[in-house]
Amino acid sequence: MKLAFLPWLILFLPLLAAAWIMLFTRANRCRSAALSISAVVLGFVGTLTFVGANGFHPVQPEVSVTWLAVGGLDIAFGLRLDALSLLMMLVVTGVGGAIHIYSWGYMEEDRCFSRYFASLSLFTFSMLGVVLANNFLQMFIFWELVGVSSYLLIGFWYERASAADAAKKAFLTNRVGDFGFLLGILTFWGLAGSLNFEAIKEWMDNGIGFGSTDPIIVQSGLTLAGLLVFCGAMGKSAQFPLHVWLPDAMEGPTPVSALIHAATMVAAGVYMLSRTFFIYTPDALSVIAWVGGFTALLAAVVAVQQNDIKRILAYSTLSQLGYMVMAVGVYAPSAGMFHLVTHAFFKALLFLGAGSVIHALHHEQDIWRMGGLRRRMPVTFWTFMVGTLALAGVWPFSGFFSKDSILATAQHHSPALFVLGAAVAALTTFYMFRLVFVAFLGPERTSEASHAHESPWVMTWPLRLLATFSLIGGVLGIEGLLTGFYDPVGSEHPNGLAAQVFYPFAHAPVAASVGLASVAAGFLAAHWLYRNVAEDPLPARIGALSRWMRNKFYFDELYEATVIRLQDTAATVIDWFDRWLVAGAAVRGTAGVTRLVGQALRLVQTGSLQTYTFLFVLGVAIVLFAVLGR
Amino acid sequence: MTPALHHYLIVSALLFSLGLLGVVTRRSLLIIYMSLELMLNAANLALVAFSRFNNHLDGQVMVFFIITVAAAEVAVGLALIVAIFRRRQTTHVEDLATLKL
Amino acid sequence: METALFYILAALAVLSALLVVANPFSRNPVTSAMFLVLTMVSLTGLFVLLHAFFLAAVQILVYAGAVMVLFLFVIMLLDLKEEERRRVRWTGLAAGLISVGTILTIFVLRLGEFEAGASAAPTLEGQTPELGRLLFERYLLPLEIVGVLLLVAMVGVVLLSKKELK
Repeated sequence: MKLAFLPWLILFLPLLAAAWIMLFTRANRCRSAALSISAVVLGFVGTLTFVGANGFHPVQPEVSVTWLAVGGLDIAFGLRLDALSLLMMLVVTGVGGAIHIYSWGYMEEDRCFSRYFASLSLFTFSMLGVVLANNFLQMFIFWELVGVSSYLLIGFWYERASAADAAKKAFLTNRVGDFGFLLGILTFWGLAGSLNFEAIKEWMDNGIGFGSTDPIIVQSGLTLAGLLVFCGAMGKSAQFPLHVWLPDAMEGPTPVSALIHAATMVAAGVYMLSRTFFIYTPDALSVIAWVGGFTALLAAVVAVQQNDIKRILAYSTLSQLGYMVMAVGVYAPSAGMFHLVTHAFFKALLFLGAGSVIHALHHEQDIWRMGGLRRRMPVTFWTFMVGTLALAGVWPFSGFFSKDSILATAQHHSPALFVLGAAVAALTTFYMFRLVFVAFLGPERTSEASHAHESPWVMTWPLRLLATFSLIGGVLGIEGLLTGFYDPVGSEHPNGLAAQVFYPFAHAPVAASVGLASVAAGFLAAHWLYRNVAEDPLPARIGALSRWMRNKFYFDELYEATVIRLQDTAATVIDWFDRWLVAGAAVRGTAGVTRLVGQALRLVQTGSLQTYTFLFVLGVAIVLFAVLGR
Repeated sequence: MTPALHHYLIVSALLFSLGLLGVVTRRSLLIIYMSLELMLNAANLALVAFSRFNNHLDGQVMVFFIITVAAAEVAVGLALIVAIFRRRQTTHVEDLATLKL
Repeated sequence: METALFYILAALAVLSALLVVANPFSRNPVTSAMFLVLTMVSLTGLFVLLHAFFLAAVQILVYAGAVMVLFLFVIMLLDLKEEERRRVRWTGLAAGLISVGTILTIFVLRLGEFEAGASAAPTLEGQTPELGRLLFERYLLPLEIVGVLLLVAMVGVVLLSKKELK
């Protein structure tokens, strides 16, 4: 393998940048930003170089050094370099790089500019670590690092109570999932005796240790372990019921939302599922598929009645993540990863576009206070349109291809999920065009909207770049690469451009046409309801349902009433225990008894010399009596 | 009948007890000091008697050392008493209760 | 003759010791000091009876001479008048008497064991040269140390007696 040092460099450059910024260049805004951006852009270039030298399938896909050995547990710190991780690295560094550059413009006026870029670099480092990990433990460590750095970024404006709360919520919700993940990792270590992905895969294939045990027990054990690992993905990729943190994470700066939602954090869960696809039993996969499908539907329904531009995008992310997880669940991790990549392009684009709008309107986020932005901000509008079309899945935008490949496999494996997927596609189109109609078209609703102006070039060029990729992302051969990775023999995906453009219609015409039909239905509904309206007509039409949708089906309130109440009760009991039994009885009790005894003994100390002498003589008398008296 | 060992020891014990009584009951530092000397002398008497009746000179050597150390001790002790008296204008032990909190 | 001398000297020692500790007629420290001198002298007599001539001489020189003179000096220096009568603490006195009595009783009772065997014929005669040899041969190191101790005591006393005691 050529250039084996390069991946290490790519991995550690952002960490170096983060450390350097925090230690030396905190006062120098320009230098901080340049460091952070160049670290991730160099990473992108380095990945391209590496791929150019070795191709997407290096001969020897792992480089590792032994990191620690405890008893029977040998942990290597290793990098896994195959099509999956290299592709993901390109996405993380590429999309991440665009977001880094965009941040320079967006955060220009912020006080803590350097801290922002340091956190951003730390985040990139953690994400690259997750992508490159070749064993479960290393992945888990970087997984947690992602959690920490997301905490730093979501809570970046920590002066605002809502931001601090959102950061806490994200971190704690993730911890719940991570707990399951850790248990799953430990289960696999107990079963397979190794944490290395390759070793576990071999173990699964050969069925070592299955031998004498009842196959049903082995199967259910593996299902359980797989579902525990899936818990981690549920937390990071915000699947129901751990989805509540993602919309709140909008409290962070908009580029952070773009980074977390599009290219990195939430992608980690799907990436992990794809990376460890071989460990899931059919039962586990069907659970995964239904969790994903349900999340997709739920989030899409909620998105329909949100008014905050970022929240709409957040629920859209949730919905698309459900799609990806569903894809993994219907035996198509390649489709899931494909959608992840295209989604990274257009969701980053949408978020950055939304950020551009918010920036132009001085931090106004309510779409009902926008309007008419098409004329004021043409670049933002057109790139946003590209993102919308890609997200909706209009041919020949990238989203169409990835969504279609998911729908095709769903049709193949589970008709119910196929119908659900089509419904979600329709809803997606509906809420995205609702957003576009209300925010960009129609009359200006406020004076700010009528005085908006286009963002600076440092913000628009990333938009243009991402728009390009959102447009052509579906025909770059990514899908062929991924199917080839999962099925090196049976892959029949075409490589020519024209063949790729028309591949969905040739391969699964039903799925493609149903997908396009749902898009059309969604668009027509949005056009009918939201073209040139002053306020939302939907609440009047569907009444209570609208209220439920706007309040996200009261999940936050539900958790408030159950989980948090329960936890508070337990905390109160433990607090009482600690306060009165541990600190009170044990600690203060001991101290009090000592003090009382001391005060009693103090009375004996008269200070009179002769009393002491007398007691001394008495002692001598007693000793003498004991020795000689008999 | 010449006096035997235990006669001497009884005298020694009596002297020692009287000295001890003085230390415990008297309250003038000087008298207490004299009582201490009395106790040391009682010990000397016992040692000399042992030495004599055991045909061994080590006891007498011990007494020699005791006398020397006692001389040093008296010198330092009396100097201390003088120092205390200078500060407190008293040699009465009941007035010297600074050990009490 | 020797017996009579022993009884006279012993009685004198005990009686004067009693007067040192508890003199019913005078509470003047000088009186106590004088009776202490008397005790020392009687003890010297007892030493002579025990054939410890060298120690008898040392006893007279050091105790009756140096130590007692020091005591009297201090008494004079402090200008201690007759100790004013304070209320006698009867409880303290009784407690002291009882404990001292206990110790004395135990001593005396156990002394019975010596009556039988320990009356071997005294043979040590004219031991002063042997004592000197013993001191400068076997007990040389302790002797040197005691010499240093005396020096230290002297320095300490000089320091303590200085006017400004910080």
